[in-house]
Amino acid sequence: MVLANQVVACSAAAVAEGVRVGQRRREAQSRCPKLKVLLADDARDSREFEPVVECVEQLSPGVQLIRPGLCVVRARGLASYLGNEELAAETLLETVIAELGITSGRAGVADGVFAAVQAARQGDPVQVVAAGAASDFLAPLPISRLGDPGLAGLLPRLGVCTLGDFAALATADVRDRFGVQGVRLQALAAGKDSRQISPRVPPPELTRRLEFEPVLTLVDQVAFASRAEVERFIASLTVAGLVCTEVRLEFTGERDEFCSRVWLSPATFDAASVLDRIRWQLQAAAGKQLTSGVVSLEIEPIAVAELANHVPGLFGLGPDEKVHHAMSRVQAMLGHLGVVTPRIGGGRWLAERQVLVAWGDRSVSGLPTDRPWPGRVPGPQPSTVFAESLPVQLVNANGLPVVVNPRGQLSDSPTGLQIDGRIRTLIGWAGPWPVAERGWDQDRKKVANRCQVVDGTGVAWLLFANAQGWWAEARYD
Amino acid sequence: MNLAADLSRDELLEKLRAQAAAPTGSRVQQHFPVPAPLAGLLPGGGLKSGSAYCLDVAGALLLSLLAEPSQAGHWCGVVGCLDFGAEAAELAGVNLDRLVLVPEPGEQWLAVVAALAEVVPVLAVHPPTRVREADASRLAARMRDRGGTLLVVGEWPRAEARLVVSEPKWQGLGIGHGCLSAREVRVSVTARSLPGQRSVRLLLPGSDGRLGESIQTVVPRLRVAG
Repeated sequence: MVLANQVVACSAAAVAEGVRVGQRRREAQSRCPKLKVLLADDARDSREFEPVVECVEQLSPGVQLIRPGLCVVRARGLASYLGNEELAAETLLETVIAELGITSGRAGVADGVFAAVQAARQGDPVQVVAAGAASDFLAPLPISRLGDPGLAGLLPRLGVCTLGDFAALATADVRDRFGVQGVRLQALAAGKDSRQISPRVPPPELTRRLEFEPVLTLVDQVAFASRAEVERFIASLTVAGLVCTEVRLEFTGERDEFCSRVWLSPATFDAASVLDRIRWQLQAAAGKQLTSGVVSLEIEPIAVAELANHVPGLFGLGPDEKVHHAMSRVQAMLGHLGVVTPRIGGGRWLAERQVLVAWGDRSVSGLPTDRPWPGRVPGPQPSTVFAESLPVQLVNANGLPVVVNPRGQLSDSPTGLQIDGRIRTLIGWAGPWPVAERGWDQDRKKVANRCQVVDGTGVAWLLFANAQGWWAEARYD
Repeated sequence: MNLAADLSRDELLEKLRAQAAAPTGSRVQQHFPVPAPLAGLLPGGGLKSGSAYCLDVAGALLLSLLAEPSQAGHWCGVVGCLDFGAEAAELAGVNLDRLVLVPEPGEQWLAVVAALAEVVPVLAVHPPTRVREADASRLAARMRDRGGTLLVVGEWPRAEARLVVSEPKWQGLGIGHGCLSAREVRVSVTARSLPGQRSVRLLLPGSDGRLGESIQTVVPRLRVAG
């Protein structure tokens, strides 16, 4: 993985090819041409690592997450239960690997967090540093292990290359030269880690699951039966000081059918609105995704926010809440994409410039709007933009098709426009204007020539010609 | 009968006229603003709340009618226009934050319009099927109650006015050169409450995408023959 053009993490296979953390991307790629480069993304790493933390937490409570990929846990409890520290570390590692199906992992046991992390780095797969032996274990390791780029650059030039050398310096000298931070790092290097493990508080379980016994077959029955549970769900959120803005409802049918959907609300969900969505989702799914009775329902909050940010105003609901309610009703009739709000994005093509966002969804960012987009249509914009371009034909006076030749000119002066088999006489035309984009990308590249034409009835058309022929992109009416 | 006996015929007529002109419902009759050149054509100088207006095409004229109410902060809705040009709408002055589209209402378009009429004051509809008289009057009652205006692309029973765009003439495009810059059209209005047809020549859209200045207004007058 790469951040700011430098390798920040790499797999064991990459290490075998000579890729190292801290290398420049080009250098790493030259060592291993087949290297797959990913951008570093903390959120993704945390998401991926969360199951590991949960799995460790099942075996031994009090896990502290240091960074995605690295967590520490007190060894004492598990070690005294299983007999010794090595067995404890092996059991922990094996369980995590077996349960989550990950390829490899390493573990280290030592006095203090820093030494344990260094032991885990050496671990193959488990390294146990005996009690009191932390300073001996750390002594031969290089200075860079302290994770301080300043010291890692300076100390080797002063002839201090290992943690042992650094620990051997007089504490007063280190304080004079490097300050309090230097003294702390020196203590780490000497194996005297004063940090305690501060275990994380597991997040409260907010997801609710409801079994229906006997199986329910009517929408109203399900809504009625889930009322109490939904109210408890909202109450548990309120107790946690949260409100829900995005919720996932999952129904399970008798014939092992699933019907899952995420509902968003520009406001927040209360019990009544969740019940409404239960009803809507079932109504929409009845006979399609769900053909049998409902066995269970799972309510999962996907996005929550602080309650304090969502306290209703002093004077009750504004008119926008009413609008939201009506739009939600229409959405319930037509489906999620039935009601949309338009946003203007960037791009050269008219259809990609208007981004339609379903009501209640957060607006997806299309292409950036602040770029010049050479090749876009100038002047007043057409009021009808075809969602799907219409196949058309430009013809000359003899009724023969007009094409764009390789020089980027029309092969003949067009006099007619054929749409749906009918030919409209043209009274004006201009073009072609080339539009070429993403020439470097075989799959997404688009090369076309645009034309504006006006037919005899005074309707203007925006056409484009690509390899497949002429298409009407929009109509000015 | 007593009332009729007390008043003379003229006084009675005067009173009835006043009653007919006074607002009937609890809501005060209001007008949604329209661009200045169109204001002179429409009865009342704007879009009357509780009425329906017919347009011949869903084009620049519809966008320019939506622009002013949307700028004034009213929500606008467009139902049944699958190929809506949002960028043209923005250039015409429509506030996209206050615009909702229901592109494909299908068979349920009337129910959708009825639901939106509750909250959206200016509603444009392109009905995919012909509307029945009974449905139209039920919807009209709701629009009157909520104080909304319906802009219909196509036919609609008992429309307040019918707006027709004719004689389009594009400027800026020649034979093999130029590009579209503006369109000059004649917008004609046939209103139920006003005799004759009024028309105006406009730039629709002008070079900036908005409705342009009028050039001349033609109001037919009765002439004494012979």
